[in-house]
Amino acid sequence: MNDPLQNFRKETREWLDANCPEPMRHPYGSEKDACWGGRNFKFQSEDQCLWLQRMGARGWTAPTWPAEYGGGGLNRDQAKILKQEMARINARPALYSFGINMLGPALLMYGNEAQKKHYLPQIIRGEIRWCQGYSEPNAGSDLASIQSPLEDKGDHYLLNGSKLWTSYGDKGDWMFCLVRTDSNASKHDGVSFVLFDMESPGITVRPIKLISGRSPFCEVFFKDVQVPKDQLVGELNKGWSIAKYLLTHEREMISWTGLTQAGAKSLGEIAVQSAPMRDGKLEDAFLRINLTRWEMDEMAFALTIERARDEARAGASLGAVSSWFKYYGTELNKRRHDLLMDIHGSDSLEWKGAAGDDGNIAKDWLRSKGNSIEGGTSEIQLNIVAKRILGLPG
Amino acid sequence: MALVLNEEQLMLRDSARDFLQSRSPVASLRELRDGDGNTGFSRTLWTEIAGMGWPAINIPESYGGLDYGCSGLGIVLEEAGRALASSPLISTALMGVTALLESANEALCETWLPQIGSGEKLLALAIDESNHHRPESVAMSARSSGEGLILNGQKRLVLDGHVADGLIVSARTSGNTEDKSGITLFLVNSDLPGIEMQDTTLLDNHTAARISFKDVQISADNMLGQRDEAWKILEKTLDTGRIGIAAELLGIAQEAFDRTMAYLKERKQFGLPVGSFQALQHRAAILFGEIELCKSAVLKALQAIDEGDEKLPMYASLAKARGGDTAKLATAEAIQMHGGIGMTDDFDIGFFIKRYQALEQAFGNTNYHLERFACLKGY
Repeated sequence: MNDPLQNFRKETREWLDANCPEPMRHPYGSEKDACWGGRNFKFQSEDQCLWLQRMGARGWTAPTWPAEYGGGGLNRDQAKILKQEMARINARPALYSFGINMLGPALLMYGNEAQKKHYLPQIIRGEIRWCQGYSEPNAGSDLASIQSPLEDKGDHYLLNGSKLWTSYGDKGDWMFCLVRTDSNASKHDGVSFVLFDMESPGITVRPIKLISGRSPFCEVFFKDVQVPKDQLVGELNKGWSIAKYLLTHEREMISWTGLTQAGAKSLGEIAVQSAPMRDGKLEDAFLRINLTRWEMDEMAFALTIERARDEARAGASLGAVSSWFKYYGTELNKRRHDLLMDIHGSDSLEWKGAAGDDGNIAKDWLRSKGNSIEGGTSEIQLNIVAKRILGLPG
Repeated sequence: MALVLNEEQLMLRDSARDFLQSRSPVASLRELRDGDGNTGFSRTLWTEIAGMGWPAINIPESYGGLDYGCSGLGIVLEEAGRALASSPLISTALMGVTALLESANEALCETWLPQIGSGEKLLALAIDESNHHRPESVAMSARSSGEGLILNGQKRLVLDGHVADGLIVSARTSGNTEDKSGITLFLVNSDLPGIEMQDTTLLDNHTAARISFKDVQISADNMLGQRDEAWKILEKTLDTGRIGIAAELLGIAQEAFDRTMAYLKERKQFGLPVGSFQALQHRAAILFGEIELCKSAVLKALQAIDEGDEKLPMYASLAKARGGDTAKLATAEAIQMHGGIGMTDDFDIGFFIKRYQALEQAFGNTNYHLERFACLKGY
């Protein structure tokens, strides 16, 4: 029997065997191992650079995007096989990218042909690193209340105002940004969606120090920033639909934090190594129960993501249900880090030195508290599920 | 295999839903309960179910079955959970058939499988000996005597035992009471001299038997699989049944949830539908997600049976524990969100929580499966 999917699997396996450098066949150890690409990115190794180039050239950093824009052009079944074959050799993702997981799907849906041809290939090859200009000081959960004004100046737009909680705002090359273009319209109707270079004159970025001691989020200030007119996506004042569509992709991406990456040690394996055992069982019976519940929930969650992807069209948004995935995945990740603190006991407290992995066990735990706030709080996600999926009134 | 139902399976689901909702609505469970001579299910309905071919779904074609696998039966059981339809499908068509097929006892398969498929014969599993499910703990003895064996011991919570034509019994042929080796499975006729049954009606109106075996003489031909080595067959049979039960629990959870959502939209207090209150909306949204997780766990476990997946024990414990937890939450929230009327016998929601609890305790409750999962994971 000549099953085309079997052939695809065979070809994929052969290609990965030949092209994935050995050092890239290990789960990444910490955030610094992730390849984000972009014009200022310093590759950790030649292998990391090579892996991105090879995957980018094949379009497999964005497996389901159309081949005409440099994507992989794979259908749902092929994309699943690629994922399985990468997991089989513990291949780490060649690229972590807000361009691929957030902006790209929105451009495919709402961008004009010139924008797709210009931006998508650069996103796929990891040449632009994007940041997201959404939240503002007075627009958090109530995102549609954003105020940063974008004025029409004839041959260009002029942007003022500020953004808050911009992930990696200090590292992004370009921003996709929600702006106010009609202050008289109702709050959802006067919003537009624009793209601009973060090196444009008038932009100031200030990292925000979090309880973890790290600064993954920034404040961004705009003072008379000129934005070329062809960098407006979709119609003027119609940006809210784009914003919401992009959020469904962002939420799905954030939900993956709930899952253990391919090839990484499971929480159970870490516990067996690091917590006291007696007669082949974890001595702390309550840790054992909490761990068991967590591993069961994680397994059911991974199966549910798989099922949702099997049900959806390749590359399509999961729609409102992405809110539930975001809610559950982030709660799962918070529970994971609570468990890791219990597993490592007093080792986890050490802010410096090897026992606490230079404070990373504790820092990751503290960082996880933000998961259920960023990208829309857990409470907002539950509101969306209640109204848009369950049809509850009010 | 993709984690979705195929066209054929979707058709089976629709026809099962139509049939069960019209022929066995929750009202018929109430009639059964309040009528005389309770047998736990309706023989008339069972004849119609046999006409639909469901008892034969998991039986190979060589024994006159449909050879459609456990995934098909799981779909039917989920719909049975929605309708609270009572039938011996799990004890007979799922567990009985699995034990026979796994035993590879050709003579017993030829005798029983065609008549199970046609709905004429029923089987029940006699495994538990205490008020907790501990399948390796077998005190019941099967002592050799001449050409045959003699059974002595007690079994309880034998679901559908009082109506079964044949009993699948675990008995000890060697070793100590808690050993996994030394257990042998037998399929015996339920009318043999020395077998005494005491019927018990459970909270959900299903019936289960307490059975005592006193010097029951059987032939070695009644053995399912090898002497002393039944553990593997037993575990596979139990896992298959646990997954079927999880499918039924999923149906219960979904139906209780759907009814509750409809009520939240219709019931008004303070001049507003109660479903507009955020305190209830968030709980409803969380419950929605728990049911989604349960669906995935059940579907994966059913596929694991049909694919011969070596991780079947893990998926079975995942599905049974998640089925139990999900139905527990869905039925308890259903009562709470219905308010006063939810507590009354006149209202149907109570039937769902009772059925959930009966299934929760069958073949290992959630605690049992958490423990088993942890052991399988090596901690």
